[in-house]
Formats: sequence, C-alpha cells, structure tokens
Amino acid sequence: MAIALTMLFNGLSYGVLLFVMAVGLSVTMGMMNFANLAHVSLAMLGGYLAVTAMDQLGVPFLASLPLAFAGSMAFSWVLERLMLRHFYGTDDLTQVLLTIGLLFMSVSAVAWIWGPSFKPIRVPEGLTGQVELAGISLERYRLFLLGAGSLIALAMVFGLERTRFGAMVRACVDNRRAAAGCGLNIQRIFGLTFAIGGGLAGLGGALAANLLTLDPNFPLRYLIYMLIVVSVGGMGNITGTLLAAVLIGVGDVVGKYYVPAAGGAIIYLLTVVVMLLRPQGLLGRPA
Amino acid sequence: MSPHHRFFADQARWSGWEIAFWLAWLVAFFLPNANLALLTQILVWGLFAVSMDLLLGYRGLASFGQAAFFGIGAYAAGVLGKLGWTEPVSGLVISAVVAGLAGMAAGRVVRGLHGVALLMVTLGLNSLLYDFVQRSTELTGGDDGLPGVTIAPVLGLFRFDMAGRTGYLYTLLCCFVVMLLLRALLHSPFGLALRGARDNARRMQMLGAPIDRDLTLVMGLSAAVAGLAGALLTQTTQFVAPEALSFQRSADVLVILVIGGAGMLYGGFIGALAFIFLRDLFAAINPIYWYFWIGLMLVLTVSFFRRGLLPALVALKDSLRRPAGRGTTSASTQPAAEEVVR
Repeated sequence: MAIALTMLFNGLSYGVLLFVMAVGLSVTMGMMNFANLAHVSLAMLGGYLAVTAMDQLGVPFLASLPLAFAGSMAFSWVLERLMLRHFYGTDDLTQVLLTIGLLFMSVSAVAWIWGPSFKPIRVPEGLTGQVELAGISLERYRLFLLGAGSLIALAMVFGLERTRFGAMVRACVDNRRAAAGCGLNIQRIFGLTFAIGGGLAGLGGALAANLLTLDPNFPLRYLIYMLIVVSVGGMGNITGTLLAAVLIGVGDVVGKYYVPAAGGAIIYLLTVVVMLLRPQGLLGRPA
Repeated sequence: MSPHHRFFADQARWSGWEIAFWLAWLVAFFLPNANLALLTQILVWGLFAVSMDLLLGYRGLASFGQAAFFGIGAYAAGVLGKLGWTEPVSGLVISAVVAGLAGMAAGRVVRGLHGVALLMVTLGLNSLLYDFVQRSTELTGGDDGLPGVTIAPVLGLFRFDMAGRTGYLYTLLCCFVVMLLLRALLHSPFGLALRGARDNARRMQMLGAPIDRDLTLVMGLSAAVAGLAGALLTQTTQFVAPEALSFQRSADVLVILVIGGAGMLYGGFIGALAFIFLRDLFAAINPIYWYFWIGLMLVLTVSFFRRGLLPALVALKDSLRRPAGRGTTSASTQPAAEEVVR
C-alpha cells in the first residue's frame, strides 16, 4: 500500500512537471491552431539557462528558476516575432515540419554551445533526500515540484479567469475573428501568450533538469510526451491539459512499476483510445 | 477514343524526364566508384517516401506512423529468412502482403480522423508496435535486432555480394516494377477518386464515391509499399533492428517527402536523393552537428519552396520553356501538384 502511494505520488509530480512544460503549447495551439513542436526545445533551453546561471554566475537554484523563465520567454518572443508569425495561416503539416526543423536545429545548436554530454544540476541540500510522511517515504524534490506545479497551475487559472489579459486570451481562443472584430490586437495578444507559454516551458525545463536527464537529445525524448499531453487534454484547455498530464504521468510511472512487461506501452494505448473516442481530447470542444 | 479514355491515356503518357530518371539509375550502376550501398539506401528510402506520398500527396492524410509498416515488412522478411524461407522474391511479396493487411486494419481504425487526432493515433500505434518489437526478444531479437538473416540468391542465380551489385539491381528492379503498378493505379479512376477525396471529401461522398472504402484500400496499399521497402532493406543488408520502425523514421520519411514534393509520384525519390546525400555529406564534415543542417534544410524548404524541390524544378522548367513559344497547356489550368512529371 505504501509503495502504491509512493508510486502515485511520483506519478503526480511527474505529471505536474509535464503540465508546466506543455501548457503553453496547449494554449497556443488552441488559440492560433499553431502546432509548435519546437516548444519542447524551449523547455530544454530553460534547463540549460538555469544550469548555466548556477555554474557560471553562481546564482542559487531557486533564483535560477525565474531566470530560466525570463530567458526562454525572451527567446520565444523573438522567435515568434521574427519567424513563426509568418506561418499562422499555413496548414498543419507545414507547421509541424517547420517546427521539427527548428527542433533538429536546437538539438545540434545546444550540443555545440553546451557540449553533447548531459548537464547535472545541483539542487540545494534542503531539496534532496526523502521525508517520511504517514509511513510513506516521499522525495523532497518531488514534493517541491508538486508545490511549485500547483502554484503555477493556480496562477495560470487566476491569470486567465481574473485578469484583463486573461479575458482577452480566452476571447481569442473562443473566437478569434469575433475577438479581432471587437478591436483586440490579436497579433500582440498572441505574441505575448506565446512568449509566456515559452517561458513556462523554460521554467518546466529548469524544474525538470534534476529529475529528467538534461542533454541535447532532451527534445527528441520528450516531444512525444508533450504531444500526447496536449492532444489528450484538449487544445486550449488548461484543466484538460492538467488532467491529461497527471493521467499520463501516473500512468507511465505506475504502469512501468506494476506491469513492467507492458512498460511504456500503457500511455500509448491510453492515447490511442482517447483520440479514437474523443478526437478533440478529453476536455476539448468538438471542432 | 472517348474523351474520358483520352483523359486517362493523356495522364498516363510517359515523359522523357521519366525515362531519363530510370535510365540514370541504370547508368549509375556502371559508373566506376559508384557507392552502390548508398544508392541502394536512397532507392529504399525513396520507395518508402512514395508509400507516404500515396497517403499524403494523393489522399491528403498526414501520418506519424508510416515507419510501423516499413518495420513490419522489414521484420517479416527477417523472420522469414530466419525460419528458412530464404527465397527473396516470394519473401518480398509475403512481407508486403503482411504489411498491407496491417495497413488495412489500421485504415479501418483511423477512419474518420484527420488533423492532429490522426497524427496522434498513428504516432500512438507506431510507438505501441516499437515497444512490442523491443520487448519480444525471442521473435525479433529485441534491441540487438536480427543479425545474419540468410537470403538465397535471386532466382537461384545471383548471390547478394559484398559490393552490393546484386542488391542494387534487385532493389532498382523492384522499385521500377512497383512504380509501374502505382503509376497505372494512380492514373486510373481510382487514383482520380483519391485525389478528389483529398481536395473535397464531402463532395466526393455526394457524388457517390466510396471514400471510406477507398481510404482503407489506400492505407493498405501505402502500407504494402512501405513494407516492401522495409523488406528490401532487410534483404539487401541481411539485418534488421528496431530503428526500422522508430518514430524518428516516421518523421524522417515525412521530411524526405516534403523536401522532394508530395503528390508528384517521383517526389519521394528526389527527396531521398537530396536527404541521404546531404546527410552523408554533413555527417562526413561533422558527425555531431549534421542534424543542424538537416533542420535548416527543412526550415528553408517549407519557408521558400513550400511544395518541395520537384514542383520547384517543374515550375523552373516551365518558366524556361514558355518564352520559347512552346506554352505548357496544363500547367496554367491545373495546380502543379496534380501533374505527374512530364
């Protein structure tokens, strides 16, 4: 029983991590129908920025997180303004191939800048080791992840539901043309949303550096997970993305532990079944 | 000859470029220092990309799971060789049939899906199969693959030699025969119905075209061609590993097709030629960073020749021709993607 709960906990924290990395992609896909596979490269960028800030500038771990967020956000904004915005009207496949190309380039560029081997990140003493809670041993870092992830999710829901900018974003997701007709500057809203999504991916990557291996092949390894989370959850739907991320996280961890013979197959099976029954995702609206 | 017969006959007419294309492969065989192993690989990738083209270029459906069928064919040929069925031609046919049946089954499953949902389901099915192959060590050798697949001489006469001379001609001949068949099929009413469903599925349904049945058929056909390409790879290299059906390969084949140009029958081969040659070149310059150049090539292709190399070449040829007074009749009246290279 204790093992089951530990597994559940591990799955939850992994799911929350996936959520932070993927949620930006979900919102931009829901809003502009723009399939940005290079989103996962932005997560990697955040991880590397955090590691570099800590190693080169001596910044402590917790302070490196906002740096990773800001750095990837700035990079995403430039990328969107200079390049991606010219591809909004094109078909899915063009976008997929364009961003796969960017992903390939990011893999090599990161290997060139930071070297091909994996980068360890040093988290503070307080976040290592385990704590016993009601007879279950929990890793401190995963507890921290769960807390940070929940905070981010809450902040996102609050930002979307309670702020003026959030209302604009929701209007654009619901009906882009009507929103533009009401005088909203769609291009600017989208650029900013894209940048925030990229920043969140970077933050997710920085948080992930301790748990998942951070090396130049990071995007190739986690692209599939991110796509699964976004499409299973339903594009543009934050609650759906969170649900899917937790489902995939728990399914992956618990599945690999209890049914090692099936291994990673469980999440793929889940994806196929969900997409066949609900092509728009769990909480997505029918097209 | 009735007008509609003439329409199909016109479409199916051989062009000089097409003949030159096949002759060039034959000439390459006799060139001294030709890297036949590399050329064989290009042919295999080209045929694989053509199988993707059937789905994407002629039916308008993108898939992230095409490597699954390539892998099924590759492993079918490998397992047949292991079991003692070493005759290559029948092995090829069996592998293609197995992959084709799997494709028809997959076609039934994904019926009605499109866009992202279709991409995700094909990706999921591909990943499930990859996982299965990696785990079934007894059947497939798992991660290590199936080494030492024995393949008997072609027709009992031509052994697969180390220089790859037999392998090259065998692959070339198989590609040629498959392309002849595909050419005939795509220039038939069936091919026209496919393209109709690509451009406007609802309207085709209104016209009474069985678009669901056609989808299952074209998925099966596309999978059979992919499986045949996979089996060719196994037979010429006498080895098969799980990479044959990895997601990476599914993505690569899409990249190859789009670089070459979709919906033009030969785009896959042109894309494979560009992709494999450049990959070899860049990998020789620097084995770590070659992916950067592949990525850049992809970005430039979709940015500037959104339809791929082959349509760009055809457009260039047409623009060179027009001033000379030999106006192209069909290029101006129908989209370039609908044409076969003339």
